[in-house]
Parts: sequence; structure tokens; C-alpha cells
Amino acid sequence: MELLSGADMLIRSLQDEGIEYIYGYPGGAALHIYDALFRQDKVKHILVRHEQAAVHMADGYARATGKPGTVLVTSGPGATNTITGIATAFMDSIPMVVLCGQVASTLIGEDAFQETDMIGVSRPVVKHNLSVRHPEEIPEVIRKAYYIASTGRPGPVVVDIPKDMTTPNERFEYAFPKKVKLRSYNPAIRGHAGQIKKAVDMLLAARRPIIYAGGGVILGKASDQLTELVRMLGYPITNTLMGIGCYPATDKQHLGWLGMHGTYESNMAMHHSDLILCVGARFDDRVTNATEKFCPGARIVHIDIDPASISKTIDADVPIVGPVDAVLKEMIALVRESKARPDAEALSAWWKQIEEWRAFHGMRYENNPEVIKPQEVIETLWRLTNGDAFVASDVGQHQMFAAQYYKFDKPNRWINSGGLGTMGFGLPAAMGVKLTHPDDEVLCVTGEGSIQMNIQELSTCKQYNLPVKIINLNNQALGMVKQWQDMNYESRHSQSYMESLPDFIKLAEAYGHVGVRIDRKEDLEPKLKEVLAMKDKLVFVDIYVDRFEHVYPMQVARGSMKDMWLSKTERV
Amino acid sequence: MRRIISVLLENEPGALSRVVGLFSQRNYNIETLTVAPTEDETLSRLTVTTTGSDKVIEQITKQLNKLIEVVKLVDLTEGAHIERELMLVKLKATGSQRAEIKRTVDIFRGQIVDVTSSVYTVQLAGDSDKLDGFIQAVGTSGVLEVVRTGVSGIARGEKVLSL
Repeated sequence: MELLSGADMLIRSLQDEGIEYIYGYPGGAALHIYDALFRQDKVKHILVRHEQAAVHMADGYARATGKPGTVLVTSGPGATNTITGIATAFMDSIPMVVLCGQVASTLIGEDAFQETDMIGVSRPVVKHNLSVRHPEEIPEVIRKAYYIASTGRPGPVVVDIPKDMTTPNERFEYAFPKKVKLRSYNPAIRGHAGQIKKAVDMLLAARRPIIYAGGGVILGKASDQLTELVRMLGYPITNTLMGIGCYPATDKQHLGWLGMHGTYESNMAMHHSDLILCVGARFDDRVTNATEKFCPGARIVHIDIDPASISKTIDADVPIVGPVDAVLKEMIALVRESKARPDAEALSAWWKQIEEWRAFHGMRYENNPEVIKPQEVIETLWRLTNGDAFVASDVGQHQMFAAQYYKFDKPNRWINSGGLGTMGFGLPAAMGVKLTHPDDEVLCVTGEGSIQMNIQELSTCKQYNLPVKIINLNNQALGMVKQWQDMNYESRHSQSYMESLPDFIKLAEAYGHVGVRIDRKEDLEPKLKEVLAMKDKLVFVDIYVDRFEHVYPMQVARGSMKDMWLSKTERV
Repeated sequence: MRRIISVLLENEPGALSRVVGLFSQRNYNIETLTVAPTEDETLSRLTVTTTGSDKVIEQITKQLNKLIEVVKLVDLTEGAHIERELMLVKLKATGSQRAEIKRTVDIFRGQIVDVTSSVYTVQLAGDSDKLDGFIQAVGTSGVLEVVRTGVSGIARGEKVLSL
């Protein structure tokens, strides 16, 4: 057996776990670990400029690759700076392990320098957290952390490592455990056969069915099964913001996404359906609108790996707890075996109705010959990148426009903070994607509010040569806040206007990148082409868009799914 | 509706704070909470009484089950069960009150476990209603101090909460 120090065991465990990248920032309590990192070259460390960005980078990596991300920070402020990132990952069920230094165990509780109770601080926003109590435990703790983070409903796991657990001159026998033993943690590996059968019978008997898919399909790597089932049945499908890409957006059975800023046709189809098959979504308040008015005629089949997601806000008639891929596979087999077929007449009447809704609104906006519309920027990008880019978004109007007008045909390409709505997520997330997808186009769609929340990472981009394209939809205001103020506060724009914006072009140049400003409509396409042609450069594209644009459709507050504003003046 | 949820928890530091944190985080009520190790030293048994609609109780049990350190749990109020709570009460006991208190303690099948010239300390076990009833019977004006353990519970019959 090999004798290793705690710090070396930690790094060796990460190697044995197959970890490629760590995103982090050093500091006192983590220095033994950083020294161990220095003495090897298998695990690569990316030095960010702020710990929050390290977590978002790990998050972007995890969303694009489906593998857990890894973060390493020091105690105290290093650890607390990760909280927003951890909460972001927690809300969207993103697998991640955050390794935090801690003051020596002998000092814990004494208000030592850079001491924070990270186990306590992180507890409400983690799937689990673990602290190392003896250096010998390190391999097992690391193995457990990744196992918990990436199985069942994934989520972030924090590991707190007191400095004396990693002391260089104390060595212990190293053995990486092959298996994890956790008697109290057994995520479901298949759904209940009887419930699945019942669901399939209901599905085949439905007259106005709709499939409502969520981020669980992407996390559960079940896009293929979902697509197969939906095509087999010929039913309409909508998905959540988190589910974007789980089913090809350009397919005719796809109605777009649903909810607050979802398409008219998907919200109408949900409201009027008689059967909703919910796959890996959680009836979030941004989807359901007022729960008591939610889809009055619909029976609900709900597939989810997390039993607590079922009947939390909307009661399920047929709950199925299990991994979505396994459950969908069984459903496909049962549909194949079944003699029952969907009622062709009912289905064609249902599609006719849906097509009428689609024709009535679809996705549209009022163009303007003078001003660049944010929607047309996204449409142009979609065209120029053949719909095949990774798009990491920040939070606000630009996020909604990107989600509405970039048609994703593949999963794992739409990277956004859906649950927590974290401004500042976009750039570091895009960096995490670019690092592992150097040959793919990676766009960061952002606004001048969001981008300034993690702008310092332009420096990290320079250090590691991460040529993402930053698409700044500059409307010179906090657009979504302003939209709500327009709609609900008689246009009193309290603190939603940012005076003295920086010159983003000079700023990008100061960090060693390229800046491009677009403020004339005729320049939009040619300049974007030039930008995309600069393959090896980070380009900050500052695009001056319509300052008065709102995101539509928008569900009417406290209404049902079908109550929407379709423009500033049309309400249905 | 009032429920008694009994939980087998890994006997590890921090496990209790996760349970308590969950209740405050998700806005659930805790009326009483007791926790102590079991015959298996790796496990603690925790009993929590709470109130909420069926939907809330369902969420509480599901969310508790999601905690990695929760090994098993049961909602005792779903079946026949026994619940007990222990109370120690200091009562002002002078003159004619002494005999009266002694009689009330006997009626409630409690014991006087400590005596001074002016104070009785009474020990009483039973379900929460019985303990409330005793306080009412002796009258709050004579009560100097009350300490209650919170509810412990166990299912009747052959049902067992174990690994």
C-alpha cells in the first residue's frame, strides 16, 4: 500500500474518480491541497477571478457534458463566495462537488481567521454535505460525494476539509473504494410496472394529450427515448425552459416551451388537454401560473426520479417514481405491444385546434426598420450558427429571447439558470462549456446588467484562451425589471436604468480581447458573420437593441395557463 | 391535523441540524422534537410532532426521506400507536394546597419526586393531552416551572420501525 498525505490522497481520489478539471481559487486553508495539485498533471486546475465564477464554470461543464463539475476553494470568504453558484446548481439539479478548505479542526468554533461554518451555511442549498474528520477518510468521502452528486436527482455536494486533514508530513495508506455503501440512500432504478401500464393505457385512450417534458429528461439522458415515444404516438410536446433541447425544437410536433413566457400554442394546448404526461418536470410556479386554475380538464401522469417532486404543487393521478430513461423505455415497449391505438379522429381534431393556435400567434414580434430587435439578433445567430451552437445565457429579457428564438434540436446545448435565475451565470458557464468543447461555437447571450456581475472572468478567458462569443443585448436598462415596472408599476423605473455603462469595447480590449459594437440594423448580419469568423478570439459584441421591447407572450399574473399578454396591447 | 413522525437517523454530527433545518426552510411546523440514540449505536431515533394538511404532511415525509442521513421513517398517526411525554413540574405547595396537590397527582397517576417545605416537584407521564389536563387541574397560578420532553411514540402491535 502507498502512503500519502491527506492532500495527495484528495488529488489522487479525484484522479481515480476520473475528474478532468477543477475550477477554483487558492487560499490559506487550501494551500496543502494546492501544493498537491502542483505536483501532478492529470487533474487540470482553472484559476478563476472570483469563486462564484468557479462554481458556474463547473456548472456549465456539467450541463454540457452530463458529468459532475468540481470546484476547489479556501475557507471563509472563498467558501461563502461559492454559495450563489451552489444554490444555482441545486435549483437546477446539477451534479457538482465543491471542495472547501476549512481552518484546522483544532481551531473550529474559535472564530479563527477565515473560519465560516460552511456545512451550516451551505446546508439549505446542497443535496448533501460532508466534512472530513480524519485524513484516512478522504478517499471514501470523495467517492461518496461524487456518487451522491451524480445519482438519483443530481445536485451539488459540499466537502469541508479542515487544514490539518491535509498536512503534508502525515501519511496514510491510500485505497480508493470501489463501491459506496450508503444504507439510507437508494435512488429508484426503475418505475413501478403497474403504474407504467396504467399510464400507457391512459395515454392511448386520451383525446387531447400533451407531453410536458422538463430538465429531468436532459439530466436523465433520455432525449432519445422521449423523442421515440412522442413520434410513435404522434402527440404534441412542449417542454420547460430547463427542458429545452430534450426534443428537437424544429420538429412539427414540438409546440415550443411553456409557462410564463412560453408559446401561445403550448400554453393553450396544456390548458385544454385531457391528459398531461409530465416527464422530469416539476410543475414550477413559472409553468403552472395559478395552481387552482391549472389545466382543469387534464388527468396527470407524472414521471420523476424524485418522489418529493410528485404532487408537490399539482396532484398527479398516476405518479411514477423512477429514472426517466428506464420508464420511457418501458412505455415504448408497452405502446408497441398494446392493441389499443390513439383515436385517430380525436387526435386529428386536436392537432387541427393546435394548428389554429399556432397560426394565431406562434412566435412573433413586431419588427422595426430603424431599430435592432433583440429577437432578430437571436434569430440571426441561430441561422448563422446552423442552430448548432452551445448557448449559455444570463438572466433577464435576453434569456427569454434566446430561449424563444434559438431553436435547439439537441439536448445539453441550452445552458441557463432556470430555477434560481442567477445573473452573472452566463459568462463563466459559457467558459466551462468552451473548455471541453473547443471546436464548437459557444455563445454567451447576456445583457449589460448580467455581464457586469462576473465581468472579471474576461481575464480568466485570456489566461486559458477561451474564445467564447459574448452577445450583449444592450438595451441600457435592466430590461426584465423595467418590463415589470412598465406592466405593474405604471412605468416607474425604480433603479432599473444603469447610468454610466462602461465602454464594453475598450473593456474587452483592456482584457486582451476583441470588442465589436453593432448599433445599425444593416450591420447586424454582416458584423455577426465577421464575429463568428474570428474562431480563436473572444469577441465581446455590444449590440444596441430596442430599449422598449418587452418579452411576450407573458402569462397574466394569478391567471390560468391560457391567460396571456401577447403584446403590449393584446390580452387573451 | 396533528401527526407524529418517527425517524431513524444516522447517529452522526450534523444529522439533527439537517432535520431541523428542513422544517424551517420549508416552512413546516415543529410542535415537539425528541431525539436520542437507540440500542444500535449507529442510529438515533427522532420523533417530531407537527401539524399540516395531508398534502403538507406528504411533503414533509418525502422531504425527510430525501435527507441522506434519514434511514427510515413512519407516520405513527397513520395507525394505532402509543404516545408518551414526560413532564416535570414545580408547584407551589404550602398549607392546605399540599394535600390537594397530592390528591391531584394521584388522580393523574404522577409521582412527587422532590419535596421542600413550600415546593413539590411532580413527575408525570402520558400523552400530551393528559399533561395539559394536569396543568389545568392544578391551575397555572401555582405552577413555578414546567419542563416537558416532547412526544415519543411507538406503533401498537407487531409493527416495528427498524432496519
